[in-house]
Amino acid sequence: MRTATRFLHASLALVGLVGVSCGSDEAASPASAPSGVTTGVGGDLTVFAAASLAAAFTEIGDAFMVEHPAATVTFNFAASSELVAQIGEGAPADVFASADLSNMAKLTDAANNASEPVVFATNLAQIIVAPGNPLGIADVADLANVDLIVVLCALEVPCGRYAAAIFENAGVTVVPKSLEENVKSVVTKVILGEADAGIAYATDVTAAGDAAAGVDIPADINVVAEYPMAVTKDAPNAEGAQAFVDFVSSEPGQKILAAHGFLSP
Amino acid sequence: MPLPVLVLAVVAVAFFALPLVGLLWRAPWSSAWQYLTDDDSLTALRLSMVCSLWATGLSVVFGVPLAWLLARVEFPGRGFVRALCTLSMVLPPVVGGVALFFALGRRGIVGQYLDRWFDFTLPFTTAGVVVAQTFVAMPFLIITVEAALRQLDLRFDDASRTLGASRWYTFRRVTLPAIRPALAAGAVLAWARALGEFGATITFAGNFPGTTQTMPLAVYLSLETNPEEAIVLALLLIAISFAVLVGLRDRWFGRGDRTVTTAA
Repeated sequence: MRTATRFLHASLALVGLVGVSCGSDEAASPASAPSGVTTGVGGDLTVFAAASLAAAFTEIGDAFMVEHPAATVTFNFAASSELVAQIGEGAPADVFASADLSNMAKLTDAANNASEPVVFATNLAQIIVAPGNPLGIADVADLANVDLIVVLCALEVPCGRYAAAIFENAGVTVVPKSLEENVKSVVTKVILGEADAGIAYATDVTAAGDAAAGVDIPADINVVAEYPMAVTKDAPNAEGAQAFVDFVSSEPGQKILAAHGFLSP
Repeated sequence: MPLPVLVLAVVAVAFFALPLVGLLWRAPWSSAWQYLTDDDSLTALRLSMVCSLWATGLSVVFGVPLAWLLARVEFPGRGFVRALCTLSMVLPPVVGGVALFFALGRRGIVGQYLDRWFDFTLPFTTAGVVVAQTFVAMPFLIITVEAALRQLDLRFDDASRTLGASRWYTFRRVTLPAIRPALAAGAVLAWARALGEFGATITFAGNFPGTTQTMPLAVYLSLETNPEEAIVLALLLIAISFAVLVGLRDRWFGRGDRTVTTAA
């Protein structure tokens, strides 16, 4: 099955490359490509991105496809640890965008990257609670209260590791009721009212809108989540992958990320 | 046996055998024992066994009467009730987990009263794991037992009653022994389904070592960080399932179709 998919990707990439070579520009600086002109890369592009990037990257994907009408971007959003494991097993990803540096390091240690990882955004962790914060949670120390139902990400997942670092910085011990497999599950449990609080990203709280509220974590104990991105070594569509990476780091991409609450790298 | 049929059958066997062979091939035999005796692994295994047995027990206690109702009693909407009770067989398990939230979660239709009156919530507890597993496993038992009940010749029950036996005696000494193979098969199916349950468990009950982290959850999470451990745990689960299926097969699953007259 995997071989068939790779063959499909490879042949589509080939068609895309042939199409590009017959066109005018190469797919270099996408930021300067004028709209309305059919230029740029083509073919299928598969982006494996951390769950917290879902909303922002979907919008970036749409903008990218406007700039590169011949390209089709598909996303696989999941925990960064799950994605890098899949890539290690041969999953056909073109680009990998991780929510932390250590999962990207797993990719580079295995020499599965074609380009040096570039940090394209940062994010801050926040305590996510029910709208209006009915339980009056003010800081991280409040989460140590055993009567609270706190959910965290599992330690393998970036947000779980960030949470552990925050608790260590604050000197508190928090025993969660559940260790979720990705940050979106934490958000869902809080939104559904099953959990009282959790540690998620500021962008997740923003994305939840009225369904949740966030409690800031003081800068001295908070960790800054760094999001690196790289083209994979066996990318079926290497040219498109590099174009996508460049697009995310360029002004249009950065604007979309900022609109979703991400901070500059 | 006609050759084309044989070929198809062999392909089917290979289809099932290959994943197992793949696991055995990639298994880290040198470090296997260390993974098997790891605290977290043993806890997950114990939790899986306890919860799946509870789920099977509950499935039998509630499933057999329901199967009886569906097989023996004519009532309007019976088809609908049957579909409703076996819905979780076709429902994606995660969807089942989400639905359980809305019924039995802290803000659920019934769950909110459990929380308000008894200060008891199901999510994030071992009881929640049992509930999630029962939800997905019971239909297997219901379907198997109902089919068997339908096939039973009602005249044996009638004969028993005319001879003066009470309904309970008839059920216990005539009906139950006759459906014993189907009941055993249904119970084993339900147990196997409960043991392997992942989606509804992780969604409804959550994941915490010792309380709600069953073997499938442990395998899934360790796949990300330590694939070798995941392989060993997966093989352990397979070995247990194999042992049960092979061991119970001859004793319970009937040698052909036994008729009621052989029941004691």
